[in-house]
Amino acid sequence: MELLLQQVMAGLATGAIYACMALSVVMIYQAIDHLNFAQGEMAMFSTFIAWQAMAWGLPYWLAFIISVVLSFIGGVLIERVLFRPIHNAPVLSNLVAFIALFSILNSSAGYIWDFTIKEFPTPFGTKPLFGRGLIDAHEAGMIGVTLVLLGLLYVFFRGTRLGLAMRAAAANPESARLVGIRVGWMTALGWGMAAAIGAVAGMLIAPVVFLEPNMMLGVLLYGFAGAVLGGLASPGGAVAGGFAVGIIENLAGTFIPYVGRELKLTIALILIVAVLMIRPSGIFGRRVVSRV
Amino acid sequence: MMLEVDGLDAFYGQNQALYRVAFRVDEGQVRTLLGANGAGKTTVLRSLCGMVRTGGDIRFGGKRISGWATEDIVRLGVAHVPEGRGTFLRMTVEENLQLGAMTRRDRAGITADIERLYGNFPRLKERRTQQAGTLSGGEQQMLAVGRALMLRPRLLLLDEPSFGLAPLIVEELFAILRRINAETGVAMLIVEQNAALALELAEHAYLLETGRIVMDAPAAVIGADESIRRSYLGY
Repeated sequence: MELLLQQVMAGLATGAIYACMALSVVMIYQAIDHLNFAQGEMAMFSTFIAWQAMAWGLPYWLAFIISVVLSFIGGVLIERVLFRPIHNAPVLSNLVAFIALFSILNSSAGYIWDFTIKEFPTPFGTKPLFGRGLIDAHEAGMIGVTLVLLGLLYVFFRGTRLGLAMRAAAANPESARLVGIRVGWMTALGWGMAAAIGAVAGMLIAPVVFLEPNMMLGVLLYGFAGAVLGGLASPGGAVAGGFAVGIIENLAGTFIPYVGRELKLTIALILIVAVLMIRPSGIFGRRVVSRV
Repeated sequence: MMLEVDGLDAFYGQNQALYRVAFRVDEGQVRTLLGANGAGKTTVLRSLCGMVRTGGDIRFGGKRISGWATEDIVRLGVAHVPEGRGTFLRMTVEENLQLGAMTRRDRAGITADIERLYGNFPRLKERRTQQAGTLSGGEQQMLAVGRALMLRPRLLLLDEPSFGLAPLIVEELFAILRRINAETGVAMLIVEQNAALALELAEHAYLLETGRIVMDAPAAVIGADESIRRSYLGY
């Protein structure tokens, strides 16, 4: 029982990161109808920026803020420079652009900061909380930061005019233009926000998986699994999916013989395939009917 | 002259849908664009809002707006209730109205306008927190008109407002349009299949046939001409 509870808590903690990644993926998917395969690399690059700022002697939270702000700007720029010109191009062109972005970010991170594994600090410490080894301070911090982030996003999308405009632009671009919303800028804003959320996720997971250019590969797969599980059309669903994937991953790794640490990643892929077979639009998603 | 259109051509890919279309709408006027299915009525409205590729000349308030982005044209005060109404179905009635005022900055004015609108459309007030997709067809059309008015437009473009509505609802809707025109002085360009109703509301009418304007006359003249009514308007 103790072990089960411990694994669920640990699953919630990593699930929080998957939830952030799933949310980033969904934000861009809502705006441009494509999965951003470079989301993980964007988060990794953001984390390196924070690492660099700290290496230059800045305190953690200042580095954190710098990374989030630069990531936001970078996300907007990527949309304007790379994806705006091809927004009417076929799916494959977009796919190629995503792959290009992926390898550009991956190899330039390797070039600038090399591929050796680096330690990344946690602002929360690693002391066990509640004295029983159930959950440590950093894990609790991951969950806490994620929940705060979600709360802020909820307020932004439900309570502000800009949030309303972004929702309208994603739901129905043509009608949004007819009420004067600059849909292109809303898309860019979505990219910026997704990049900023990814930066937070990267900085939270880096103390666990250690910092190196390939650190987000597995994390993004879990993020995709979470997004697909919850439904790509539903931000709330994606977050729930992310948490669920984190718990499933941990429980399967602990309690199913032979899975262990090595086969844990397989779980994510099996989940994606299984969900797509049984409920193609995800658990909280809805079927999108398009007129031809 | 508020809206001046001259030599307007419109294209869908290689296909030309409009040929040298010319018409005018002045401040506060109600004009209608009649014609059979496929004559190009919807295309005229879409051209005005920069939603299709066009040639020729469109001027609004003295500015040449041909080739402008839709959102920039809208910001000049052109509100368009498109075919299919353009409602945000998964948002609430009130959110839809807020979206209509997205280009405005005066929060107090927006709140006051929403309240005034609820006076004109009491059914919308009852359903303000409901998702727009759950409204009846008539209520959705009222919402679409209401959303367009939230822009405080100088020109309101209406694409078949009567489409799919029960006759009683259509009459109510046209009565409301007449009242809004009288109260706010917003000009209207109405595309309609229901020619009888449109001719009653409008002072001037254009008849469109396969992408060309074939008749340009006061509504009373067109309504009174039996041969036009029979051959073009079907009543």
